[in-house]
Amino acid sequence: MSTQSAPRFSARVYVAGDNIDTDQIIPAQYLNLVPTNPEEYIKLGSYALSGLPDDCAPFVPPPGSKSPYGIVIAGRNFGCGSSREHAPVALGAAGVQAIVAESYARIFFRNAVATGECYPFETAVRLLDRFQTGDEAEIDMPGATLTNRRTGEVFKLQPLGAVGPVVAAGGIFAYARKTGMLQ
Amino acid sequence: MNGMTITEKILARHAGLDRVSPGENVWVEVDVLLTHDICGPGTIGVFRREFGPKARVWNREKVVIIPDHYIFTADELSHRNVDTLRQFTMEQELAYFYDPGTPNYRGVCHVALPEAGHVRPGEVIVGTDSHTCTHGALGAFATGIGNTDAGFVMGAGKILLKVPETMRFRFDGKAPDYIMGKDMILKVIGDIGFDGASYAAMEFTGTAIDALSIEGRMTICNMAIEAGGKNGIVAPDQKAVDYVRARTSKPFEVVTSDPDAKVVSDRVYDAATLEPCVAEPHLPSKYALARQRGDVKLDRAYIGSCTGGKIEDFVAAARVLKGRKVAIDTFLVPATCEVALALIKTTIDGQSLVEVFADAGCLDIAPPSCAACLGGPIDTFGRTHGNEVVISTTNRNFPGRMGSKQSSVYLASPLTVAASAITGRITDPREFLQ
Repeated sequence: MSTQSAPRFSARVYVAGDNIDTDQIIPAQYLNLVPTNPEEYIKLGSYALSGLPDDCAPFVPPPGSKSPYGIVIAGRNFGCGSSREHAPVALGAAGVQAIVAESYARIFFRNAVATGECYPFETAVRLLDRFQTGDEAEIDMPGATLTNRRTGEVFKLQPLGAVGPVVAAGGIFAYARKTGMLQ
Repeated sequence: MNGMTITEKILARHAGLDRVSPGENVWVEVDVLLTHDICGPGTIGVFRREFGPKARVWNREKVVIIPDHYIFTADELSHRNVDTLRQFTMEQELAYFYDPGTPNYRGVCHVALPEAGHVRPGEVIVGTDSHTCTHGALGAFATGIGNTDAGFVMGAGKILLKVPETMRFRFDGKAPDYIMGKDMILKVIGDIGFDGASYAAMEFTGTAIDALSIEGRMTICNMAIEAGGKNGIVAPDQKAVDYVRARTSKPFEVVTSDPDAKVVSDRVYDAATLEPCVAEPHLPSKYALARQRGDVKLDRAYIGSCTGGKIEDFVAAARVLKGRKVAIDTFLVPATCEVALALIKTTIDGQSLVEVFADAGCLDIAPPSCAACLGGPIDTFGRTHGNEVVISTTNRNFPGRMGSKQSSVYLASPLTVAASAITGRITDPREFLQ
């Protein structure tokens, strides 16, 4: 639950591809870690995106548990595969504030919102060749834009709508309490 | 006003509404919440954190816990996770917990759940596993959810769901005996793509679906998620009702689609023209005909999982392997204890399946669990550790899915996997079937 509620935030980006599945986001051998145990939450962060092929830049350089990248840029169908909530949790625990992808797999999207771990932004633009891993980027929440500070290009994001305040609150339970839906 | 699909009808009834339309968000009453050893402890963590340490689950007979993923391992955290489930079950006096190491243990949750009578037509089943969509094979609405949503269901018994649009897939005609449910669903996923059914209900109909066993239908619905589907579903027929009646006395209501129900797409296949196929690395949508991939050399064959480790799957493999020898390491993992027992009891020409596999030179049959389908702890049976090329009856072939990132996995039916085990290269099972 590392998400910001600030209207704009900047971070370095990590560029991933299409169909990044949950086995690549958090390999199955680490599913023995329980996300609601605080020490294991941190450990999950240290393994975030460690299932990507070996020729990819390490997302969390060992021996750390935090990633230098706060925004993940991806293509289609991000988070496809299993329903493991360990996936958005690992990204959030590693310090990811937001993902910007062309589309999401249904369960991952819902888990990202339910946990409040990271903002799942969608964009109609294919961003994979407009960003390089390490670029500094800024997300303007009210304006729904993503700016590449290296190139100066500005990209439109689809508004998060009702999902935004849930993530900002820290997930569905926190949101429900904040808005009086739950005692 | 047009009619409703089976999915819409089930959701409407569980939302207390006369009708619902795709896109509508509705609160739905849950009949069964399924969880297991890798997502159960986290779900319990959310439940306790949010509802309080003394909270009770909404219904002690509707929470079903089936540990299956990391059972036969020396990994201590995995053991701790099963202990967490044990303790929770005792504390909450849950009616259904299939405890490893006891006679109650069953094995892979998606085969165990229907075996034990927890899947009934017309019901709403949610589970902390994406392959929960398997249970649409008996005409239930079933879908996978995360720990946080499951934690909510555990306390409240309800879930907020968006009513999915329905995509219909009709298999007309008669499938040849070398075609299995796996070939049918891999064809569909290959056609519509890995995200081709995102958020949608996938409804399977037609004479070739009617002709399938319940297990064959389970294989098809199981892989709806591999096209991004929210649920897979087959209208329950007498075969489905008989299957359920043999396993539970609980009442249920059969629901089917109206003839004028609106669907967003309608694909029609002639089952007679289907050919044995594989999904190539590293996506279930990379469809190829087995007979056109004979140049692919294999290191191992794997038969197991919720998708391909049922009784019928082993019978199919034995049809091919009987009286022949495998050329590569062949791993057999029955999905459940019931399947394991059937391997001893089922015979072909007087020989049990266990004997057929032993004579063929397969590795010793492993105890029932998810095993290497998803890699798992380092000491998991069948897990890859190098650059192995595997042909498998499982459901996913992502990079690293069976353990090692350097290994490659081809998905196929049990017939195709068995034929390939004999030659050591991808092989169309027609080479060995009369």
